[in-house]
Amino acid sequence: MSALTTTPITGVAVATEKEGTNFSRYCAKKRAQLAYLWWSMKQHKWLYLFLAPYAILFGVFVVAPVGISIFFSFTYFNVLEPARFIGFQNYLNLFLADDVFLIALRNTILLAAITGPIGYISAFLFAWFINELPRYVRAVVTLVFYAPTISGATFLIWSLIFAGDAYGFANSFLIRWGVLSEPVLWLSNPAYMMPVVIIVVLWMSLGAGFLAFIAGLATIDESLYEAGLMDGIKNRWQELWFITLPNMQGMLMFGAVMAIMASFAVGDVTAQLAGFPSTDYAVHTVVNHLVDYGAFRFEMGYASAIATILFLAMIFSKIAVQKIINRVGT
Amino acid sequence: MVKVKARRRRVARNVRRPNRSRGGDLFILVVLAIFGWFFAFPLIFVLNNAFKPLNELFLFPPRLFVINPTLGNIQDLFILMSRSWVTFTRYIFNTVFITVVGTVGHLFFASMGAYAISKYNIPGGKLFFNLVITTLMFTGFVTAIPNFLILANLGWIDTYWAVIVPAFAAPLGFFLLKQFMDTVPMSLVESSKIDGASEWRIYSRIVMPLVKPALLTGMIFSVQALWNNPQATLIYTEQLKTLPFALQQVTAGGIARAGVGAAVALIMMIVPITVFVISQSNIMRTMATSGIKE
Repeated sequence: MSALTTTPITGVAVATEKEGTNFSRYCAKKRAQLAYLWWSMKQHKWLYLFLAPYAILFGVFVVAPVGISIFFSFTYFNVLEPARFIGFQNYLNLFLADDVFLIALRNTILLAAITGPIGYISAFLFAWFINELPRYVRAVVTLVFYAPTISGATFLIWSLIFAGDAYGFANSFLIRWGVLSEPVLWLSNPAYMMPVVIIVVLWMSLGAGFLAFIAGLATIDESLYEAGLMDGIKNRWQELWFITLPNMQGMLMFGAVMAIMASFAVGDVTAQLAGFPSTDYAVHTVVNHLVDYGAFRFEMGYASAIATILFLAMIFSKIAVQKIINRVGT
Repeated sequence: MVKVKARRRRVARNVRRPNRSRGGDLFILVVLAIFGWFFAFPLIFVLNNAFKPLNELFLFPPRLFVINPTLGNIQDLFILMSRSWVTFTRYIFNTVFITVVGTVGHLFFASMGAYAISKYNIPGGKLFFNLVITTLMFTGFVTAIPNFLILANLGWIDTYWAVIVPAFAAPLGFFLLKQFMDTVPMSLVESSKIDGASEWRIYSRIVMPLVKPALLTGMIFSVQALWNNPQATLIYTEQLKTLPFALQQVTAGGIARAGVGAAVALIMMIVPITVFVISQSNIMRTMATSGIKE
């Protein structure tokens, strides 16, 4: 046994040589594996010290909040009194008694279903087109397309472009061109709010995925394309489907993760452009609802249930996208 | 080796591939021009508004381009800020302090952790990395409430640390650093080990200089997040508040502050864009390794 713990490699050999029942052999094998694991961990003890600071921070500020959120989603918790366990009551209330949540859920699903795929696919198409440009032009065009993503609160300029009076840019031009006869209240008329928000979200949604696509396209081995040409690839589209896409599945997945995050997290844009709450809750999103209950009403349990639903929606979308991306190029 | 390869690729790129149609080239240019205008237009609008005198800001019909550019708006902003209760320099100091300490700490802790996972196959390393990938999706909104409770329990609410320490744990920087470190050859680490270098020495003297592009990229994402975030819920003492919050107060003045507001928008936009332009080539090198393999 002592040989097992100190030199695990021979330990495995000893365990398999032993005659015995299947079960005892299985136990011996497991023991040897555990011993190897322990030995390997001891070998790397310095590396755990390297990882520890980040792992602790990550655990406390990223992983723990998810767990805490799930825990509080089953309680009534208003910060002042201790949390009281109420089972699935929060979830039942959300889906059966909260009309505004259902509106918010519909809006978020609509926004995510439109801005997610369109933003993702257009980010790839733009990256692909940009990659066909000469090298020096590429950097400039990349900046033009990516600048809205990084310029933060600059999206507020859209409230001037879509201002409700005749001074608004969109109104002024559409009236001059004869499309409209009187100014439209873009940001307070429920009929127009959602399209405007979608435009603004798409404008600022290219994100880190776009950069990953450009970088990924530029690093695909040129010889693959040459070989493809020999094998009779006729045009750009065939090249895209048979060579480019299968070679950047990793980037596609990274871009997808970023797109899912961006499309479910819409909340700031709607609150700042259309007001909080917006007219008839026309662009009220799940994130807006979460902020409403978490930051204003202090119903933390209820807000946690909303957050948990968002987690689940994100994870399911990721799994679905993964399935699609694995089929690319076949 | 890598450089030679890149040069060969560039040479090859300049030769027109025979399977490209002229019509397709034209189509690409037209599409990029139309959408380029869509992406650039609001930013051009912000830029022009910042230099418009008041009478042009309220011109009817509205114009995109400025006729008589003026620096009046930016001057007004500084006059306004110099009269505020908490001095303008204090807001700038707060923002710079939070951004710099948050970013440096994030890069230090994340690169150390990434080194351990990337260069060695330690038990649990893969699991940890998969956890990081999953959390890439979770934005600040969904974890805001538990984060507040944790920070409150630590007694950090209303201090700089409430913003700085959670920023250390950002998953995106860790992810990009790990992916980029994977491209550093293991033989380099092994040969230094034979020469008698300690883990710390290999990490700080050999791996860190080689992953500079990834460090710069991590810096961009971290700066971007910290620079733009007003964090009004975590810090409420006026003297500790950040620049975005102060600027929000300025623009809250409404129509009378339209000119100043335009100057504010320009300032908020210019910093992240400048940082991006300076480090663009490094970012591109890092993003080339960003693929998620399953």
